[in-house]
Amino acid sequence: MNKPGLVVIGNGMAGCRAVEEILARDGDRFAITIFGAEPRVNYNRIMLSPLLAGEKSFDDIVINDHAWYTDNGIELVAGDAVVAIDRAARTVTARSGRVALYDKLLLATGSDPFIIPVPGHDLSGVVTFRDMDDVGAMLRAASAGTEAVVIGGGLLGLEAAHGLSLRGMKVTVLHLMPTLMERQLDEAAGWLLKAELESRGQTIITGADTAEIHGQGKVEGVRLKDGRDIPASLVVMAVGIRPNVKLAREAGLAIGRGIHVDDHLVTSDADVLAVGECVEHMGQIYGLVAPLWEMCRALADGLVATPSGYGGSVTSTKLKVSGIDVFSAGDFGGGDGCEDIVLRDAARGVYKRVVVKGDRLIGAVLYGDTQDGNWYFDLLKKGEDVADIRDALIFGQAFALGGGASANPNAAVAAMPGDGEICGCNGVSKARIVGAIEGGSVTLDAVRACTKASASCGSCTGLVEGLLAITLGDDYGGERAAPTICKCSSFTHEDVRRLIVEKALKAIPEVMQALHWTTPDGCSSCRPALNYYLLCAWPGEFVDDNQSRFVNERMHANIQKDGTYSVVPRMWGGVTNPRELRAIADVAEKYQARMVKVTGGQRLDIFGIKKEDLPAVWADLNAAGMVSGHAYAKALRTVKTCVGSEWCRFGTQDSTGLGIQTEKMTWGSFMPHKFKIAVSGCPRNCAEATIKDFGVICVDSGYELSIGGNGGIKLRGTDFLVKVATEQEALDYCAAFIQLYREEARYLDRTAPWVERVGLDYIKGRIVEDAAGREALTARFHYSQQFMQDDPWAKRAAGEDAKLHQHIAEIRPTRRVLEPA
Amino acid sequence: MDPQWLDIGPVDQLPTMGARTLPVRGGREIAIFRTANGGVHALANQCPHKAGPLSQGIVHDTTVTCPLHNWRISLITGEALGEDKGCVPVIPVKIDGGRILIGRAAALAGVM
Repeated sequence: MNKPGLVVIGNGMAGCRAVEEILARDGDRFAITIFGAEPRVNYNRIMLSPLLAGEKSFDDIVINDHAWYTDNGIELVAGDAVVAIDRAARTVTARSGRVALYDKLLLATGSDPFIIPVPGHDLSGVVTFRDMDDVGAMLRAASAGTEAVVIGGGLLGLEAAHGLSLRGMKVTVLHLMPTLMERQLDEAAGWLLKAELESRGQTIITGADTAEIHGQGKVEGVRLKDGRDIPASLVVMAVGIRPNVKLAREAGLAIGRGIHVDDHLVTSDADVLAVGECVEHMGQIYGLVAPLWEMCRALADGLVATPSGYGGSVTSTKLKVSGIDVFSAGDFGGGDGCEDIVLRDAARGVYKRVVVKGDRLIGAVLYGDTQDGNWYFDLLKKGEDVADIRDALIFGQAFALGGGASANPNAAVAAMPGDGEICGCNGVSKARIVGAIEGGSVTLDAVRACTKASASCGSCTGLVEGLLAITLGDDYGGERAAPTICKCSSFTHEDVRRLIVEKALKAIPEVMQALHWTTPDGCSSCRPALNYYLLCAWPGEFVDDNQSRFVNERMHANIQKDGTYSVVPRMWGGVTNPRELRAIADVAEKYQARMVKVTGGQRLDIFGIKKEDLPAVWADLNAAGMVSGHAYAKALRTVKTCVGSEWCRFGTQDSTGLGIQTEKMTWGSFMPHKFKIAVSGCPRNCAEATIKDFGVICVDSGYELSIGGNGGIKLRGTDFLVKVATEQEALDYCAAFIQLYREEARYLDRTAPWVERVGLDYIKGRIVEDAAGREALTARFHYSQQFMQDDPWAKRAAGEDAKLHQHIAEIRPTRRVLEPA
Repeated sequence: MDPQWLDIGPVDQLPTMGARTLPVRGGREIAIFRTANGGVHALANQCPHKAGPLSQGIVHDTTVTCPLHNWRISLITGEALGEDKGCVPVIPVKIDGGRILIGRAAALAGVM
């Protein structure tokens, strides 16, 4: 008797695995025919990258060899793709014209690489990375050329880049999103991966939007929308995959993003099944191997055994990306009631983050050490209550289940032997720390100063605090002499600034990793501070992070209580002229400013400007020769002057001229907080120089310089610093003082509290008594100013960051049409 | 036309760890946020405290800090966090095929 015919379209991992599952349950049920588009047996597609890298051969990655097909009586039609299905006649037709009859049909057509339709995508030398033929094309290109571009920084793209690198090509990865593998990794892990790959010689460009691929007849390079051009003789397109539903659509089966299937992998036609990447089950499509195996089991159960039903898959990703271990599972997008537990070990290059919600683990991201991935995934899938092991969860299974999770977090450190090492960086034992505490070092800062424990990378801070608590009992208040930068870190501002320089940390995520931040992306306190500290430490190198700026510095205007902005153009030394005044008047009328106000710093403030109008306002002011007044910034605000010897009968020096020179020297320099200067032409002090951050009072014999004044909440007169004879000296001292403040004050410290904290003697010691030190400070200030003195308004008026000023879309109810901005 | 959702543009128009605005009826705005992990959320663009434009705040984790007085607002629930009390309307929003879809009813009715 004739067995019913099972025809499988797709000789890949899903199709063959489904057949294996069916055979395992009932080896004799069907006469099986498998059609494959590729002229070869089933191989492990996941292993294409070691193949590309030359680490494996094709034979190494074959899953089902010819013997398997023969032994199981399977007819393999390889290299002849099915081009049509006739459901009424129950036949499939292949490209060669070959027709096969089926009783049951299984679609395992997988997915197709997505090609972004940029100009040049069809040039010779543009390839995808999906099958053996692609690998062949890449290897041919690799032998002919030296430079490759991979478009797409997801898993597939990075694997391709790794393989090509190992083949000796110079590889540039272009990724549209801001971080690599954003679907599998959070920002912190994505950043670590990028840094590691760059250290291995790949060039990674994130936020890279491809404009075109160009070349005469074959690829010569890729041009980005920002104008950058990357030469390449090979372009690998790895931006994503989409389910291959062409045959199913043409056959009239129900499809969405993939072929619709029920829990038994049956399509809208009861005799047609589908499995793998081509299907959509309960709205989900899958691109990983584990769900595919689960589908194959349910399919075989439903077809030849007791139906079990596929309930969808919870996926985890555990991979080696170019030899680096990464793992992610579940939901790590955060959310209400979610709590992040983060562990960073900079020395080992490890980042771990688990997300807990209501005593359940709901997500995990691991980088560098994925040993506990399976354990986390198991806890997540089973929805186990983790309340009892919560405190130890992040340290992994061995620790959490080995009793490390006792209710008292100090128990572990209490149980350590005296010679146990607490601080690995500085080799400090528990006994030495306890000795220091008993010897009178009763705060964390004191222990750090005395023993250096936790003073380097800081990861043992919790242990040291535990020892303080155990040793001092109720006497330990937990207070710190200096406040930590915020709740995300155990380091003080001073520690962070010192370590940024010592460890040459040059990006915000790098600081967070190296200094063991306990949150994934910081908070609104530490991010602006870190942005400033990096900007100050690495002038000309650090790229400002706009999203870590407070609104005023992001928008280059002062936000008002109604959400509009005020705009203050710079008026050097408080001096203006008819042309500027006309431009200001015109702007006020044209953009319907609700008020124009003279400020305390001798400027004109235009109120009530909408964020959409800001670039146009700036363009108009620029046209009249005015630049940003930085009235919104933690930066040099104004230099206030009186008219001085040029007009005033009491004036002793040209205070207006010196004020203008001072402002031309200092404008644009970002600082820990706002900074105001004034120059008065005589001791009558009409410019109120003695309540400024830096004040100059001109006298007959020279210039009296004073510092640290403040007219704010707490009135503080300046402290006299020094008297100098020349304008140049006044300028040099000013630059030196500002640079000392920039380098040493805490973010959001005005000069007044800073001077009070460090003491006037310290500042005199650095600036007045140490001439060489003063000159070095002045030189560093001028170096930094080279990069600071460009008008942010001009850039915005020219269209930079235009999105910041536009709505994303406009709703027009009459036409019910939306225009994307 | 999807009766429930309104397409307001591609998701790459949203800055990561930032927000953009959608004007709605009555002169008000919806703020659409994108977190570091790519999550997208929408709130009425006014802080429950003094109606500050939340779209201009610093986004960290799933929280935005209001630019006016540093209230922290959950992007998920719209609730003020910490010691502060108050709540701002949450607008339904989702991503589909790289497009931002916002709840049609909320977007057309305006937010209260």
